[in-house]
Amino acid sequence: MPGNADIPSVVEQTRLIGPLDGGVVNAHFLGRTAALVLGDNAIVLVPPDGETRRIAAHEGAILTSVTDGARVISGGDDGRVIETVSSGETRVLASDPKHRWIDHIALGPDGTIAWSAGKNAYAQGKELRTFEAASTVGALAFFPKGFRLAIAHYNGVTLWFPNAAEAPPQTLERKGSHLGATVSPDGRFLVTTMQEPLLHGWRLVDSQDMRMSGYTARVKSFSWSADGQWLATSGATQLVLWPFPHSKDGPMGKPPRLLTPSGHRIEFVACHPRNAAVAAGYDNGMIFLTRIEDGAKILARKPSDTPVSALAWSADGLLLAWGTEGGEAGIIDLA
Amino acid sequence: MTEQSSSEKVPVTLLTGYLGAGKTTLLNRILSEPHGKKYAVIVNEFGEIGIDNDLVVGADEEVFEMNNGCICCTVRGDLVRILDGLMRRKGKFDAIIVETTGLADPAPVAQTFFMDENVGRKTKLDAVVTVADAKWLSERLKDAPEAKNQIAFADVILLNKTDLVSADELSDVEGRIRGINPYASLHKTQRAQIPLNAVLDRNAFDLDRILDLEPTFLEEDDGHDHDHEHSHEHGDHDHDHAHKHGGLKHYHDEEMQSIALRSEKPLDADKFLPWIQDLVQKEGPSILRCKGILAFKNDDQRFVFQGVHMILDGNHQRPWKHDEKRESRVVFIGRNLPRELITEGFENCVVK
Ligand SMILES: [Zn+2]
Repeated sequence: MPGNADIPSVVEQTRLIGPLDGGVVNAHFLGRTAALVLGDNAIVLVPPDGETRRIAAHEGAILTSVTDGARVISGGDDGRVIETVSSGETRVLASDPKHRWIDHIALGPDGTIAWSAGKNAYAQGKELRTFEAASTVGALAFFPKGFRLAIAHYNGVTLWFPNAAEAPPQTLERKGSHLGATVSPDGRFLVTTMQEPLLHGWRLVDSQDMRMSGYTARVKSFSWSADGQWLATSGATQLVLWPFPHSKDGPMGKPPRLLTPSGHRIEFVACHPRNAAVAAGYDNGMIFLTRIEDGAKILARKPSDTPVSALAWSADGLLLAWGTEGGEAGIIDLA
Repeated sequence: MTEQSSSEKVPVTLLTGYLGAGKTTLLNRILSEPHGKKYAVIVNEFGEIGIDNDLVVGADEEVFEMNNGCICCTVRGDLVRILDGLMRRKGKFDAIIVETTGLADPAPVAQTFFMDENVGRKTKLDAVVTVADAKWLSERLKDAPEAKNQIAFADVILLNKTDLVSADELSDVEGRIRGINPYASLHKTQRAQIPLNAVLDRNAFDLDRILDLEPTFLEEDDGHDHDHEHSHEHGDHDHDHAHKHGGLKHYHDEEMQSIALRSEKPLDADKFLPWIQDLVQKEGPSILRCKGILAFKNDDQRFVFQGVHMILDGNHQRPWKHDEKRESRVVFIGRNLPRELITEGFENCVVK
């Protein structure tokens, strides 16, 4: 480990929460209230001043969660899709009739919610629409515009217009298991994370393939920079940023930018919502904030115990919430 | 630092066999007997298994090929999803049982533990347990490749419903099993009556416990030569030889065999490791399982390894003990294995 002594630090500005039973599996912000999602059944709400509250949102493990800044929507092995707001109130949005696990959730630009259970994907706008994929759904991602959903599965991704029964779903093929999916903010590229330690991408206008490899582990976390020009990814001992310039070819043929090399692997990334900077959490519990332009870094958490498993920024970019597999958690106030 | 020691990993038992062989009976015994342990069970979503347990999850058995374009490098993707999900409930159960249908190949399940880092970090494959119906197995071994796979892959075989066959038929089917896999522990049962510790907590995939390499009977040890060159000349795949041998018929399965190699002289690590890597790259599709204990020259540590098709996992295990015979032993089980090539390759690694 290179000496961290000379690196600027915001560690002292951390409000420690926890340890939290069940480990932290995700983090979100509802305004300035942090929502730490736990692996068992609960969401812990941390208001800026005031007591933390543990909300038993599910009757089983929480498997997936997303936010639109006003509510956390989570899916669990109890077969339920649950909405939790910052007051702590919860509401059941959907319940799988066969109590199957809710594996993935995505939030559409107009507030539409999509979720999947096994091979089935559902989209709840004005009406409930369903789609059966060829194999278990690996990920869901809405397009930034238009009511269109990317459904990842074995051997590719299917693009589905839930409200246009007459428009046939389009499938982009790529052999293997796709476990994560994201559409670039300009809507021109679709990127999936695969079972193998690599990403696969498609330029949507002509379905041209992009292979983005060089990782040492499965890429479990990715995040778009505020300007949409970089895709930050976990899965390597350096911060891997793929360039998506606003040019015709996007990332085609361009190498990634590699920042903050260390002896430890990055497990979770979250781009700052306003500035060109990335929070990266490592497998030894360490967290760095890194500026994309020049790689300048700030220490946000010292190496300690279990891997960082959650990072989230408040919308104003002044608060950073983090959590670890072991259940340690904190809120860093950068103001 | 984040690597969990193997004792903290949740053990996973793979339970395989045809519907009706007695798998459900065994599973229900595991779930209902008062052993104080709680099991999560992953069943095939289309299976007809009737069990009463609140931690039952249905899985899709479909496998996908890894991106290297090789047909043997397959993973059960749904198992990755379900094990990831179950590990969020860690502490709510002690072990996991994966039930597969009679048509399933055990290899993708085993490979999932090697190929998915997240799964491998939190869970470990404990053993492959195959339940077989004594009456039907002989027939299935003739016509169903998956039946051979399940026998070849097994660490523990329950030859069940032995009350429904004659002593002769039983000896016959036992001989056929041993012709394919002489290394598994074989239990003859009725109504799946077996002490559960013979099935669970076996550590068969643990590199530290690799060591039950002594076959029940070794081809090399039985004193006569069974090389049959003619078998490759004709197209009859059901052609079996049977020899009476200590009361047990001795079958040579024409398709699925095991090869056991040993050397009392040390091996050259710089030759052996590249050789085995290269061998599994080339012959991986036909090698179902391999394992071994190795004594390398100028190395005071025992080296142990095991593999499934093309995937190898190996480590120094512990220092050789003073009273221990420093001997290398390697076993391969597979389909139409190139016996001479493997034997010669191994012998080339022996320090002359
Ligand atoms: Zn292969």
